[in-house]
Amino acid sequence: MKIPDLTDLALRNLRESVLRNSLTTLGISVGVASLVAMLSLGTGLQQLLSRRLAKSGLFDTVLVSSRRDLRGMGREEERKGPTPGESRVLDEPARQEMERLPNVSEAYPDIRFVTELRYEDKPHLTMISALPLSARSNDAFDGMQGSFFSSDNGAEVILQKSFAEELLGKTPLLGAADPSVGELAKPLLGRELIMRYAQRQSAPASQPPPRGNDATAADDTVEGAAYSVVSREQKLRIVGVSDLDPETMRGPTRAKVFLPLGLAESLHVMQPTDLREISQAAADQPVYSSVSVRVKNPAQVQLVEDAIKKMGFNTFSILDASNSLRQVFRVLYAFLGIFGSLALTVASIGIVNTLVMAILERRREIGIMKAIGASDGDIRKLFFAEAGAMGILGGIVGVALGWAIGQIINFGTNIWLKSQSLPPEHFWAVPLWLVVFSIIFSFVVSLVSGLYPAGRAAKLDPVQALRYE
Amino acid sequence: MTMTTASPVSPARATIAIRSENLCRHYRMGETLIRAVDGVSLEVRAGEFIALLGSSGSGKSSVLNLIAGLDRPTSGSVVVQDRDLAKLTREELAKYRLHVVGMVFQSFNLIASMTLAENVELPLRFAEVDRSKRQELATAALGRVGLRARMNHRPSELSGGEQQRAALARALINRPQLLLADEPTGNLDSHTGTEIMNMLREFNRDLGMTVVMVTHERALAERYAKRMIFLADGKLIDDRTNGPTVDSAHIQGGQS
Repeated sequence: MKIPDLTDLALRNLRESVLRNSLTTLGISVGVASLVAMLSLGTGLQQLLSRRLAKSGLFDTVLVSSRRDLRGMGREEERKGPTPGESRVLDEPARQEMERLPNVSEAYPDIRFVTELRYEDKPHLTMISALPLSARSNDAFDGMQGSFFSSDNGAEVILQKSFAEELLGKTPLLGAADPSVGELAKPLLGRELIMRYAQRQSAPASQPPPRGNDATAADDTVEGAAYSVVSREQKLRIVGVSDLDPETMRGPTRAKVFLPLGLAESLHVMQPTDLREISQAAADQPVYSSVSVRVKNPAQVQLVEDAIKKMGFNTFSILDASNSLRQVFRVLYAFLGIFGSLALTVASIGIVNTLVMAILERRREIGIMKAIGASDGDIRKLFFAEAGAMGILGGIVGVALGWAIGQIINFGTNIWLKSQSLPPEHFWAVPLWLVVFSIIFSFVVSLVSGLYPAGRAAKLDPVQALRYE
Repeated sequence: MTMTTASPVSPARATIAIRSENLCRHYRMGETLIRAVDGVSLEVRAGEFIALLGSSGSGKSSVLNLIAGLDRPTSGSVVVQDRDLAKLTREELAKYRLHVVGMVFQSFNLIASMTLAENVELPLRFAEVDRSKRQELATAALGRVGLRARMNHRPSELSGGEQQRAALARALINRPQLLLADEPTGNLDSHTGTEIMNMLREFNRDLGMTVVMVTHERALAERYAKRMIFLADGKLIDDRTNGPTVDSAHIQGGQS
């Protein structure tokens, strides 16, 4: 029989006992819905996490440090490679070389220093870190009040929430509700801070500072082997207050005060590494304690890491962590899939039952069809078509049902999140592949369920079938 | 395969439509062996109208089922239109039923959920005929049995005679050489029974179809069949050709 005829006959037969077949199809739908619900929860959670991690800028960033850096990068640091004596200095030429590597979008030095900030004549000691303009897209600045830096070397500053509290003299009471960022930002935005810092100057010390910004004149100078350190001041305008919790982030965002990278570089602030690198560094090139290399595509992190290692530096990326994360999700998927499939298994038993019943009911009809020339194959295909039609129909309804369940749960959870004053999340995703996969899976499961009934119907003896009156 | 099926039928005997040799169909029911058909040998020439007669349990329907390819012989052979049915695969047997044989039954055996037109065109679906061609053929076949006006009715909306006419239309749709009828008038009153029998005769004469009819009504057989084969306990006990009194012209004259 031709496919359209087969489908036509199958649908006609399904309509004949519409209640039973609808119930069976509903059973499949519920099975598919549970599968879709489970897997879309898994997908949604993974997407949520990936989104978070991608925004944090950790997945596409390789942190580079000199192998000579004895402070190390923490326990993740790689200790293999050339001995410290042979390794390269992480200086400006090295940074430029990294930036020229394929797949690298930028390489910027991590400038971080502890210094004193004066606000309304009160000194506050804190960690300052420089950020490139590309950090704007980090979710670290999602909840920020005010605006991001207007330019790479504007005399601007972004404060972390807790530092803003400190400036305003609002020490949070234990158990009391945290003041909102908005509240903190209002009195601070647009105000000025004065940063006192130690500038590193190339010898001779008597030369004026390289850039004519509004730094005040040096008041005391320390003679060094190759450079002098001058104490300077820099006026900074507060442009933003960030909601970021410094403890949750790695790298530059751990600081409580942020400067634009261009400005930070031009200030030549004395860095802890300066003293150690001094003997190695090319006379007039800055030396960095670490450099962040941003990769264009997270998939190429490994390539870039390898290339940088070849240059003679230590690298760290969260790639390894993300690999194990993927592993965890694979296991989670398998579990969710198995639980989701259980309901579908029950539904497939329903199909077997329905079709076996249909054989008993339509015994005579099968006999007639065979008597007038239907082959075993025709009958088998007819039952397969009925099973398949229920499968596809159940699959489609099931996907819709699963999607609806997901929306309801997502909605409900967001209401709960809101009541806990947490931001709403979208942790439910039904990607196209899941829709297609679920319908195909439901179809295949139905066909497999139809295997036994179809075989039985095909083997029915027409003489016996027609004997019943 | 083709050699074996072709060889028993020589060109000289090409007019033979059905030939069975020592045909047996035995089956077991519990402890007892039932010999439904027990060594039946017969020849039916193409274009003949024969009646298989016998009381119930005589094996006449079993013989018909063997000729129809619905059942397989336990031993012996049945060759229909050069095909040795015992040697055909299930698939080939289905093709044989589809293209060579048309069947009508006592209980009409129309599919209740389908309209007359759909019932009649069902064999064409199995033959993979295009939809438009199917409709054309089904309309023509229903027209032939006088049911064109009822083609969109369901079997339950029709009288027994009409249902059997629809079943005849279905049997004709694939233009088979062989028309097998199992008690075709058994569920009909004598008037509609006559109507159906006249149609069978018409198909036999005008379309040249070989007709094998199972019946237990001797009068009916004598009136329409040219030859009567009597069965009892699965054995052929008598085979007689109706005399010149049952001449076709005579019957037609008697009917009018």
